[in-house]
Amino acid sequence: MSDFIDLVLLAMLALTGLRIIFLKDLFAVVMLFGIYSFLTALIFINLDAVDVAFTEAAVGAGISTVLMLGTLALTGREEKESSHSSILPLIVVFITGAALIYGTLDMEPFGNPDNPIHKHVAPRYIEDSPKEIGLPNMVTSVLASYRGFDTLGEVVVVFAALIAVLSLLGVPKEGQQKAPASGLKSHQVLRVVAKLIISPIILFALYVQFHGDFGPGGGFQAGVIAAAALILYALVFGLPNAVAVIGPRFLKFMAAAGVLLYASVGFFSMYKGGNFLDYNKLAADPVAGQHYGILIIELGVGITVFAVMLSIYYAFGNQVERSNIQ
Amino acid sequence: MLEQHLAALPILLPLIAAPITLVLGRSSFSWAFATLISACACLFAWQLLALALTNGAISYEVGGWPPPWGIELRVDAANAFVLLAVSALSTLVLLYSKDSIEKEIEPSKHTLYYTAHLLCFAGLSGILLTGDAFNLFVFLEISSLATYTMVSLASDRRCLIAAFRYLVMGTIGATFILIGVGLLYMSTGTLNMLDLANRIDIAESGRTINTGLAFIMVGVSIKLALFPLHMWLPSAYTYAPSAVTAFLASTATKVAVYVMIRFIFTVFGLDHVFGSMGMDLILMVLAIVAIFKCSYKATVQSDVKTVLAYSSVAQIGYMILGISLVSATGLMAGLIHIFNHALMKGALFMAVGAVFYRVGSVDISAFRGLGKQMPLTMAAFTIAGLSIIGVPLTVGFVSKWYLVTAALEQNQWVLAALVLGGSLLAVIYIGRVLEAAYFQQRPESEKTIEIKEVPWLMLAPMWVLVLANIYFGVDTSLTTEAASSAAEWLFQNNEMPLGNQAGAE
Repeated sequence: MSDFIDLVLLAMLALTGLRIIFLKDLFAVVMLFGIYSFLTALIFINLDAVDVAFTEAAVGAGISTVLMLGTLALTGREEKESSHSSILPLIVVFITGAALIYGTLDMEPFGNPDNPIHKHVAPRYIEDSPKEIGLPNMVTSVLASYRGFDTLGEVVVVFAALIAVLSLLGVPKEGQQKAPASGLKSHQVLRVVAKLIISPIILFALYVQFHGDFGPGGGFQAGVIAAAALILYALVFGLPNAVAVIGPRFLKFMAAAGVLLYASVGFFSMYKGGNFLDYNKLAADPVAGQHYGILIIELGVGITVFAVMLSIYYAFGNQVERSNIQ
Repeated sequence: MLEQHLAALPILLPLIAAPITLVLGRSSFSWAFATLISACACLFAWQLLALALTNGAISYEVGGWPPPWGIELRVDAANAFVLLAVSALSTLVLLYSKDSIEKEIEPSKHTLYYTAHLLCFAGLSGILLTGDAFNLFVFLEISSLATYTMVSLASDRRCLIAAFRYLVMGTIGATFILIGVGLLYMSTGTLNMLDLANRIDIAESGRTINTGLAFIMVGVSIKLALFPLHMWLPSAYTYAPSAVTAFLASTATKVAVYVMIRFIFTVFGLDHVFGSMGMDLILMVLAIVAIFKCSYKATVQSDVKTVLAYSSVAQIGYMILGISLVSATGLMAGLIHIFNHALMKGALFMAVGAVFYRVGSVDISAFRGLGKQMPLTMAAFTIAGLSIIGVPLTVGFVSKWYLVTAALEQNQWVLAALVLGGSLLAVIYIGRVLEAAYFQQRPESEKTIEIKEVPWLMLAPMWVLVLANIYFGVDTSLTTEAASSAAEWLFQNNEMPLGNQAGAE
């Protein structure tokens, strides 16, 4: 059954991809990208990778769609004719595809418990992590503790994305946005519904943030969900109102603070005599230390991801407002 | 305590300093802070190299988890040597940036520039020091994102298209590396490089592993701008701010060369890559074509930054040529050239940036008569240029010497002749600029504009590099010792078992 579902989902994924290539209407393309992300999320669920699916749905289908729509508001929705010939890229794509298929010829059978991937590092993650780290969600154990350095790197990647966007679009100036027409003044239903659901969204974000140790979730997803709540507010009630709640300069500070909070856990464990990010040293009881460490670094992740997502939206939104005024 | 964490500090310092720099806000503060951090990291890199040369490899278990469960940083002579070059160049370029970016980057973006520079430096250090294949990809992402940002910071709008092309190509390269690492993980169940080397079983899942090898090699080749995958490089180097070009040209592609060396020698093992896959021939042909095609291209460009960019692609050819010889001397020549080329290209791009600072153009016609008006800058350009050509008493000569020796060791006379032939093309493209600077007069119409020497803060780092070009050209003990022990290390330790190493515990 699971194979059949996979087959259907992958077929839909391929169809969506083909449609995206041939459509010229960029608005439809952005919508299809959202569908593409949701389909990918479903495939991840079918693979039992619920944490990944969660992130894919929140980032791929949620925030990316909003940002791409923001770009379309600036550029227009028709794709220009490309002047490049597409023969060479097509050949490259075919060679890449052929190489990937060739690579599958010696692949281990899918889902076989004797595969090397299940026999080498994974047994320790599965058997010992409940004792060593004490979390029911092993994904969080691997991500935040065994490979916590990668996760710090990923947070810095998110931070680097903020630097990239700010350097291209500039930091929005506070206090001079007096665009009376922004927001959706005439949509009463939307305004009421938005007001009703924004606080539950933020509550859900906090739940995801602090429940990551026990079930799917964690800082990445929580940060995106919380940012989505404020983006919804900005969309419906106008950018100036959202900026009045959290200003871009404060967000810049938050983005830096999240990375620093994460790293400070590492430095504290160095101060306690362990290696960087060795949570065992954080408390007398190693398992308690692991728990504190993971809690704090997840908070750091959440803060940075929230701040970066919202900042990027502000930077785009600011450009749109400026072009509207002109 | 410092000793214990020495392997992690060159990554952690810039990584943490980047967000702090963003918060500092003021341009001069962030400049001073970033430079200080970079200088400290350079000092630690120096100590690491000394330690790696005396004690052998140093292993640092991040999070206290032993490899392969946790992430291991692994420092040996090879990566400590490249790290020293990268961190020294980072510090010098930061010193140079203060005045240089005033002319080329909007004041409101100066802090972002310093933040991006530190992120890039942290990423490069991470790529160099990590012993984990996926961790390498994470740091590659950090450095790449920061690089695209830095290229796009110039006030010349054409830099945006250059940065976008670089972004597209770089992302394809990174994705290929990720696919390759994924395939390796699937067939071995581990991500630690040494552990991968032990568990790669060609007989069992040869096609999957070979596909992984192919993806990694192509991805890394895009990143290091190996001919014919170099198309992103000339425009990115031409339109990026001068300080950024000086930093990227001397570090980013070199780190990618190191990644290629690491994957060939440590992960896959040279018997497989060069023996059964025959990649040495592919690399050798591409390297030779790169040397001639791109050196020729460099002789016909009019923008001096483009000239030097094409020259970079050709010089990368020399490094790859060294690797493709499959001998300890060849690998050593490649490693020495990574270090030496950083010294030459850093100085050359700094000199060109100085010309832009005063004249406002880097077209070859803008160099006319500068020999008199900016004597120190042009003298620096001349010496670094001679180094690129490979004149004795400069580092360029040392690189060429070992490369030719390595070729002659295998009785490859044609190859040795080709290496020397490539130098003749370098004579032409460097000579054109020198001819304009020393033997042509400034046009009458521009004579009214007075052109002075650049501020000392731009001259000093440039001249440090120039003097290093001469110093390491005369006293080769440090570079040859580090490179030869790195090369021997990579050759002998091809199959060293995990956890069997001396080092700081």
